[in-house]
Amino acid sequence: MDILNAIVVLSNFVLIPALAYGSQIALGALGITLIYSILRFAHFAHGDIMAFGTAFVILGTWGLQAMGVSFGPLPTALLALPLGIAVIILYLLLADRMVYRFYRKVKAKPMIFVMASLGVMFVTNGLTRLIMGPGERRFDDGERFVFSVREFREWSGLAEGLALRSSQVITVVVALIAMALLFWFLNRTKSGKSMRAYSDNEDLALLSGINPERVVIITWAIAGTLMVLAGTLYGLDKSYRPFTYFQLLLPFFAAAIVGGLGSPLGAIVGGYVIAFAEMGITYAWRRFFNHLLPDDWAPTTMLQIIPVDYKFAVTFAILVLVLIFRPTGIFRGKTL
Amino acid sequence: MTFAIRNIFLFGLMALALVFTGMYQSWPLALTIVNMALISAIMALGVNMQWGYAGIFNVGIMGFTAFGGLAAVLIAMPPVPDAWAAGGLGAIMGLMLGAATIFAAIIVYRKMAPGKLRGLSIALVIIVGYWITSMIYGPATHAISRVNPAVDGYLGGLGLPVILSWPLGGLMAAGLAFVVGKVALGLRSDYLAIATLGISEIVIAVLKFEVWLTRGVNNVSGIPRPVTRPVELQTREWVQALAERTGLSVSEMARVVELVSYAALFTIVLAILIWLAEKALNSPWGRMMRAIRDNEVAARAMGKDVTRRHLMIFILGSATCGLAGAMMVTLDGQLTPGSYEPLRFTFLIWVMVIVGGSGNNWGAVLGAFVIWFLWVQAEPAGRWFMDTITSGLGPDSDLRNHLMTQAAHTRLIMMGAALLLMLRFAPRGLIPER
Amino acid sequence: MSEHNLPPGDDVMLIGEAMTGGYGGGPDILHDCTIAVSKGEIAVIVGPNGAGKSTAMKAVFGMLSLRQGQVRLNGQDITALSPQARVRQGMGFVPQNNNIFPSMTVEENLEMGAFIRDDDYRATMDQVFTLFPILRDKRRQPAGELSGGQRQQVAVGRALMTRPSVLMLDAPTAGVSPIVMDELFDRIIEVARTGISILMVEQNARQALEIADKGYVLVQGRNRYTDTGQALLADPEVRKSFLGG
Repeated sequence: MDILNAIVVLSNFVLIPALAYGSQIALGALGITLIYSILRFAHFAHGDIMAFGTAFVILGTWGLQAMGVSFGPLPTALLALPLGIAVIILYLLLADRMVYRFYRKVKAKPMIFVMASLGVMFVTNGLTRLIMGPGERRFDDGERFVFSVREFREWSGLAEGLALRSSQVITVVVALIAMALLFWFLNRTKSGKSMRAYSDNEDLALLSGINPERVVIITWAIAGTLMVLAGTLYGLDKSYRPFTYFQLLLPFFAAAIVGGLGSPLGAIVGGYVIAFAEMGITYAWRRFFNHLLPDDWAPTTMLQIIPVDYKFAVTFAILVLVLIFRPTGIFRGKTL
Repeated sequence: MTFAIRNIFLFGLMALALVFTGMYQSWPLALTIVNMALISAIMALGVNMQWGYAGIFNVGIMGFTAFGGLAAVLIAMPPVPDAWAAGGLGAIMGLMLGAATIFAAIIVYRKMAPGKLRGLSIALVIIVGYWITSMIYGPATHAISRVNPAVDGYLGGLGLPVILSWPLGGLMAAGLAFVVGKVALGLRSDYLAIATLGISEIVIAVLKFEVWLTRGVNNVSGIPRPVTRPVELQTREWVQALAERTGLSVSEMARVVELVSYAALFTIVLAILIWLAEKALNSPWGRMMRAIRDNEVAARAMGKDVTRRHLMIFILGSATCGLAGAMMVTLDGQLTPGSYEPLRFTFLIWVMVIVGGSGNNWGAVLGAFVIWFLWVQAEPAGRWFMDTITSGLGPDSDLRNHLMTQAAHTRLIMMGAALLLMLRFAPRGLIPER
Repeated sequence: MSEHNLPPGDDVMLIGEAMTGGYGGGPDILHDCTIAVSKGEIAVIVGPNGAGKSTAMKAVFGMLSLRQGQVRLNGQDITALSPQARVRQGMGFVPQNNNIFPSMTVEENLEMGAFIRDDDYRATMDQVFTLFPILRDKRRQPAGELSGGQRQQVAVGRALMTRPSVLMLDAPTAGVSPIVMDELFDRIIEVARTGISILMVEQNARQALEIADKGYVLVQGRNRYTDTGQALLADPEVRKSFLGG
């Protein structure tokens, strides 16, 4: 029995990766939930716009690298973030002007907005592939590890190793900063409060002199920033491929719904719930229990509940359970 | 009557475009477009039943299509006796045990009073059931996948005529739709959308990774065909005579004959489906469905069981997509789980329905033809467009080369633009609902 | 018929004069209807269901287009202004339903009421808290968690944050208990004493007319009786037809 080794192996393969992955999902789900509570539709173009924005971060990174600029031990991509964010905000505002604003004016049903977002999704997807191609791209540079498995073993003297990749630390730190800023904005500034007011009660917000178009612009800007952050962090931590980003739509929506659609706090909690469940259920627990149990009790099978290939099934199962037993989500989002 | 004339005119234009394709590009190409358009039309009919009749937003079409496609393998491929001997029984029993576990959990949920005891019992049932299932299922499927993996590694099928897989594909998709619908229908429409999106990804994962059933990413190829192969056709005298009279080469003529036979089969299926769909739409049942779509609250107040009706139409529409899926695998002669992607198999079908005219069966068919034609022709068009705008850059330009290699993706932009323009300026589609 | 027997005086704060119109392109609901309130006065609109009470108030607030007639605030013609612009001109409006921001705290609700103000609104908020002491205690609670009567206080407080010269209330006591209703009416009298004119639609006609300086009885979108609240209460015909004897 060896609790320390068990904890180390669990941290290395489940806890730390899930923390990073959960932060990425949380950022995406926050965008989904904000758009849902202000514009009142399910934004299906989220994953593709995220891929599009990340494409510009990658181009910016390459440009900076070509100019010989680097960010020391940190990835150059962080320096290119403002470019991606600016492009995406402009792109979203353009899409709003050309597509969504019309449907707002005629007070179209939410499903029409969803259809329109499918159109935007197609266009964005085409643009991304035109620029980047459909293949996989890596753009991480700088220090790869805060400490590696070998360094950890030498330092701790344990049998199991633990690696902490810098992309994981960066993800968690950036995500926490972004979340803190978002909550500060929503709860402490006049503009943020006007967003919450608009989400709560549109008519009364109008009556109070809140300009809906301004609220919409702020919402797109925040959602765009979150998308580019989520996309860049995901790309640094794993890899960049437009199709993978499209597929992230499912965990994003699942996280937002599980947490309570329309609730920012719920989106964050939902993101971590999805990530930990996905990692925990697809992890082979044999090694963990090998350390905990006496030798003759050691498990003979992998103790993997389902294969990694079915990680979507985990997300889906959580989603279904929440939809059946608590349709408003953990934090009681709105049910429009 | 002006309506009918307009529709005939639109279909005529489409036919003309196909004829031009045949004359100026090639006849096999034109017929390939027709065949895939016919299958897409069937899928669009299925989506139209769900969205146009009942307002159900299903973005898991790909899942139902792919699942139906599996039927072609299960029906037509010859069985692999060694694999059956290695673990056929175990795999089937494992599946049944898994189903029994879920069933038992549901029964416990229904029969027991709410409370901690119920939660514990359900957990116990699932854990024990899962444990037993995996003890049997895991080794069996593993053994199957090790039987001559280069060619087999799966159970194979029943060795029956492939046409039988079409109704089976529909049935399989219907079964899947029943399960999904039971869970997700009655929820808000965007929740249903997310649920169907999820289920379609899971279906693809099953096809990709349940190697014992589908060979996974190794693909099942050489699925027996319902029509004669071009190689054999070339030796037939009437084909040779036809080739001589039309001025096509014999091999091309043989290919044309093959494609026409497929087209004939598909047209028969499509015609039957449209006939049924039109009849249903204009029956009291169809009127009720549309009444529910237009005012669910009122329909509920009138005592209609809306959720039940929705489940029914969800199953019918999904079955139609499953049928189309089996037809598509038949046409391709192979099941390639890796090739299913939602943009092409779910969202493009949506574009077809919206552009064609949701709520109108003929609209869905026309939409399928128009959009599939554009989808295919957009590739050379995109290349030509990129070639033209970058021609000033010279042949060594990196930008030009990059844009030329990615030019095919402009068709995605075109499809998005078509969807957005129709939605904005002609939201009722090319052939609006009557 | 006592129609127009109280001609608007010189100190009239808000008047919707000879209003005719309906929602969108629909049929007319109001026919030559006049509603006025003077400074510091409480005016109450009563009438049977479907008489156009709320419609008359919405017409005054600019929420439907008038085909004839005009609306003047403090002598200024505001007929062409949008509801939002009227708020800026000094009108406060408390809708009947959905009149608070449920997930926001009481304090934030009041802040949103003051959204159009760029100056320091803390003094106004203090006045609201003095008027509705319970809100001061619950200032950090989400408004959606309060009781029905407290929510109405939040709604009125929110509308007061712009320091309006006229406060319009659409059925403020709908769905609250009689005790809470009496308390709300007391508060409304207090608001009027600070010099704010009150225009209110009420279902509880008798109780409302008791505190009204002026009452308008509408029937089918037309003025039927107009008089002081006390006079209307004393009028046997009004009592018989509209106050249940």
